[in-house]
Amino acid sequence: MSADPTGLTAEPAQPAEPAPLHRQLGLTDDEFEAVRAKLGRDPNHTELAMFSVMWSEHCSYKSSKPLLKTLPTRGQGMMAGPGDNAGVVRIGDGLAVAFKVESHNHPSAVEPYQGAATGVGGILRDIFTMGARPIAVFDALRFGDPTDPRTRHLVDGVVRGVGGYGNCVGVPTIGGELVFDPCYQGNPLVNVMAIGLLEERMLILAEAPGPGNYYVLFGSTTGRDGIGGASVLASATFADDDPNKRPTVQVGDPFAEKLLIEASLELIDRRLVEGIQDLGAAGITCATSESADKAGTGILLDLDAVPRREPGMEPWEVMISESQERMAATCRPENYEAVRDVCERWGIPIAVVGRVTADGDIHVIEGGIGPDGEPNPDARTIARVPAKALVSDAIVHYRLASPPARRRPAPAPGIPLTAQDGLPERGMDPAAVLVALLGSANLSSRRWVYEQYDSSVQSNTLEWPGHGAAVLRVKGTTMGLVASTDGNQTVGAMDPYLGAQLSVAEATRNISIMGARALGITNCLNYGNPERPEAFWQLQEAVRGMGDACRALDIPVTGGNVSLYNEYPGGAISPTPLIGVVGLLDDVALLVRPPFQAEGDCVILVGESAPGLAGSSYAAMAGLASEDAPPALDLEREAALQSFIREAIGRGLVASAQDVSGGGLAVAIAECAMWGGLGAQLRLGVSGSPAIELFGESPSRLALSCRPRHAAALELLARQFGLPSRILGTVGGERLQIELTGQGATGAAEDRGSRVADALDVSLADLRHAWDHGLARALGLEGES
Amino acid sequence: MRIGVVVFPDSNSDVDSLNALAVAGAEPVRLWHESPDLEGVSAVILPGGFSYGDYLRAGVIARFSPVMRGVSDFAARGGPVLGICNGFQVLAEARLVPGALLRNHSLRFAGKLVKIKPERLDSPFTKSGSGAAMRIPVAHGEGCYYLDEAGLDELERNGQVLWRYVREDGLPALDPDDPANPNGSLRAIAGVCNAAGNVAGLMPHPERMCEPILGRDDGLQIIASLVESARAWEAAR
Repeated sequence: MSADPTGLTAEPAQPAEPAPLHRQLGLTDDEFEAVRAKLGRDPNHTELAMFSVMWSEHCSYKSSKPLLKTLPTRGQGMMAGPGDNAGVVRIGDGLAVAFKVESHNHPSAVEPYQGAATGVGGILRDIFTMGARPIAVFDALRFGDPTDPRTRHLVDGVVRGVGGYGNCVGVPTIGGELVFDPCYQGNPLVNVMAIGLLEERMLILAEAPGPGNYYVLFGSTTGRDGIGGASVLASATFADDDPNKRPTVQVGDPFAEKLLIEASLELIDRRLVEGIQDLGAAGITCATSESADKAGTGILLDLDAVPRREPGMEPWEVMISESQERMAATCRPENYEAVRDVCERWGIPIAVVGRVTADGDIHVIEGGIGPDGEPNPDARTIARVPAKALVSDAIVHYRLASPPARRRPAPAPGIPLTAQDGLPERGMDPAAVLVALLGSANLSSRRWVYEQYDSSVQSNTLEWPGHGAAVLRVKGTTMGLVASTDGNQTVGAMDPYLGAQLSVAEATRNISIMGARALGITNCLNYGNPERPEAFWQLQEAVRGMGDACRALDIPVTGGNVSLYNEYPGGAISPTPLIGVVGLLDDVALLVRPPFQAEGDCVILVGESAPGLAGSSYAAMAGLASEDAPPALDLEREAALQSFIREAIGRGLVASAQDVSGGGLAVAIAECAMWGGLGAQLRLGVSGSPAIELFGESPSRLALSCRPRHAAALELLARQFGLPSRILGTVGGERLQIELTGQGATGAAEDRGSRVADALDVSLADLRHAWDHGLARALGLEGES
Repeated sequence: MRIGVVVFPDSNSDVDSLNALAVAGAEPVRLWHESPDLEGVSAVILPGGFSYGDYLRAGVIARFSPVMRGVSDFAARGGPVLGICNGFQVLAEARLVPGALLRNHSLRFAGKLVKIKPERLDSPFTKSGSGAAMRIPVAHGEGCYYLDEAGLDELERNGQVLWRYVREDGLPALDPDDPANPNGSLRAIAGVCNAAGNVAGLMPHPERMCEPILGRDDGLQIIASLVESARAWEAAR
């Protein structure tokens, strides 16, 4: 059989040899050898299961770790960062903010409601595990074609799932994204960010210090749900509708989570626990090994003491179950009674399942632990593995990276090949293009989504979803938190370095335009199979881009999550660096919002456009020119722009501010107008192409409005920051009118047979109608809204 | 003025009620669900949330909790009781107010600002208000007010309808498909009271809109009325 050197000859039919256990569990042969080397012997079944989940990409970051080390992770006031459950940054007044984003992509593709719901549950646990009360959820969602029935099913299920969990636990969902792009057809993205607020003294880490201390589990019981979620589902390429993977999706119970939040925060507040950790991916194995590794201790774990929800579970199943709503904590023996009382008052089952030890091992036994903290004489060892080997000393892969031969997707069939043919610059009616963009699936109002979420619970929401970044007050202070998520996959598909830079620039710009200073960014890197050199190159470029952007903007990366293997039989997703940012506003009274504020205000454009339409919403609609490229980003200019706008807002010069992003300047100004209920009469000089001026998405631009008496001061301030600016016109009326002037403007009107000068002229009512109904129309839900 | 806020397992808007009461100048008191003792408060709020996980049906388990014995006694003695959102569902399950709350007409959770208008200004829950429409949030999946036709007629005759959802023009949003009626409630009913008038429930959340910094303080019309009524009840006792 092996005589055929080509290996192409089909082997004769015979009973298939089952794959060796380690491969069934997702470990390669090389990794299996590494396990043997670490242990100095063959691992048993349970130990192999523990390694397989802990050495999965999801838990070990074995492919991405060498890249992530290059990110800037130090910043002012940082109390916890990468490696902790969530980043924590001081904000003053003895308070701090915890935030983190995480993916639940594959579970949501298999079972959208539960996948999304447990994604929310998991990220909330990461927050309150740090001692913070969760105060906000953001959902950044990406799907394929909105007219496809399967996409509609996924969108509906995911939105219901996010709401079904967030609404019940009493944490407002106040922002996020919903993006459609064909690249997500077989592999949707469900990234969820949560933000928490804590008193600095509440900060607690996920560690298990103090040999002799009790190791306790509380919350839901342990069952067979979610077994292998980390290794099988999150860390392997995805096959459509694989029924065998369904049991790997966990089932969420938000009501149990709400009780866990209250009980955990009470335990932390009363200093009854020394360390606390949620049970997420890889369940008990991950919680015990990470918290022991972090504290330099070991844990003796008695499986008989773990409360189960079903009989007959194998030890390895208990060790890697991902049953939801479970927590682990380390407490001093003398505090256990008080810990138990707190849990009982909240109706939460609790059990002492182990002891912290000094030997550095995760020692799993059956048969009970004696009063001396040693295994009972008749107890038997099920597994014994150094915690280090599972966590800090886990395997690292230095993957091959190579740029693809062709860096740009081919134009879709039927789309003209040249810019001139594809972009109807001559003869177009710019108002019709604007209306079409505002009504498009990606730029229209997300109201249908966010009205399914509770965004007002906790009474902190100052800026509801719908108009840019979300704003929360910090009760008892003058401070506000401004937060946003952003990810650019269209440019990322062409240039992953630039795509990641743009994602950071836009996410942070979103909060700077409200006057806030970024505390840090968290990220979710959604990429393809890292074993493919091209996909790994995309990840490498993205991390480089994210790092460069953060250094230029002086913002630390406080944590994040890597989601690889986002592939399916039809292909891989476009690289999607999802950036979550939380900013601080010292005085909420200074908050500036995007809507136009008053008749007669002056509209000013800060920044200038660069050539290139590739990656823009306009290009997606009008066709991509084959030789076109995305506009470049100058990070120094971006940093200056963000400093400028914060300064201008701090000086009280700005009435409204909006950044120019999806859909370009025309869409940005249309949003200010619609949301403010005020039109504008503007003149826009066009030197090159009207499409680039009106609809291009060159970064580092802002559309501001101000009282006329502040215009000169604003322009002067812009100059001091080295930024070009020009006055476009005046706020007022019921229409948005943009007259195009300059040499680039000629032609369009004549071609239409019009005698009027080139102009975009449309009523606010028409803009609002298109924007309001676009999403429902795209999803076929017109009857609903 | 001490006013109690009942905390069930999975109450989640209790913090909003506590906050709003403080804003309205009252002293908020947490009342734990396991005790029927109301600690001598002068009014009670049953807050929003998902009491006991809302398993089976919203509010159905909470109704049997020890604290509800205390609340029923308090209500029978004429004490003012306001149920908000899940609290309204609990009051309806406990038959302390008439009617039932069904799944939203849209079959989706509704989280948005709505306009409601008081029907009368002489009730313990509206007396401090101006009578103008209020813009306050809703956040629920089961808020469609239902009662049979005869029951609805009787409610209206008795003046037990306290608030209705209204359109931008101020008229009741009677069409269940009207976006101004967020859940398809019959006759656009947003809140009702018992025959005696001292127990009321409403689906929208006035307690989340009591400070100008949050956009508006419309909800204070209801919360301040409750505080005022607590004072009156205390004085009369």
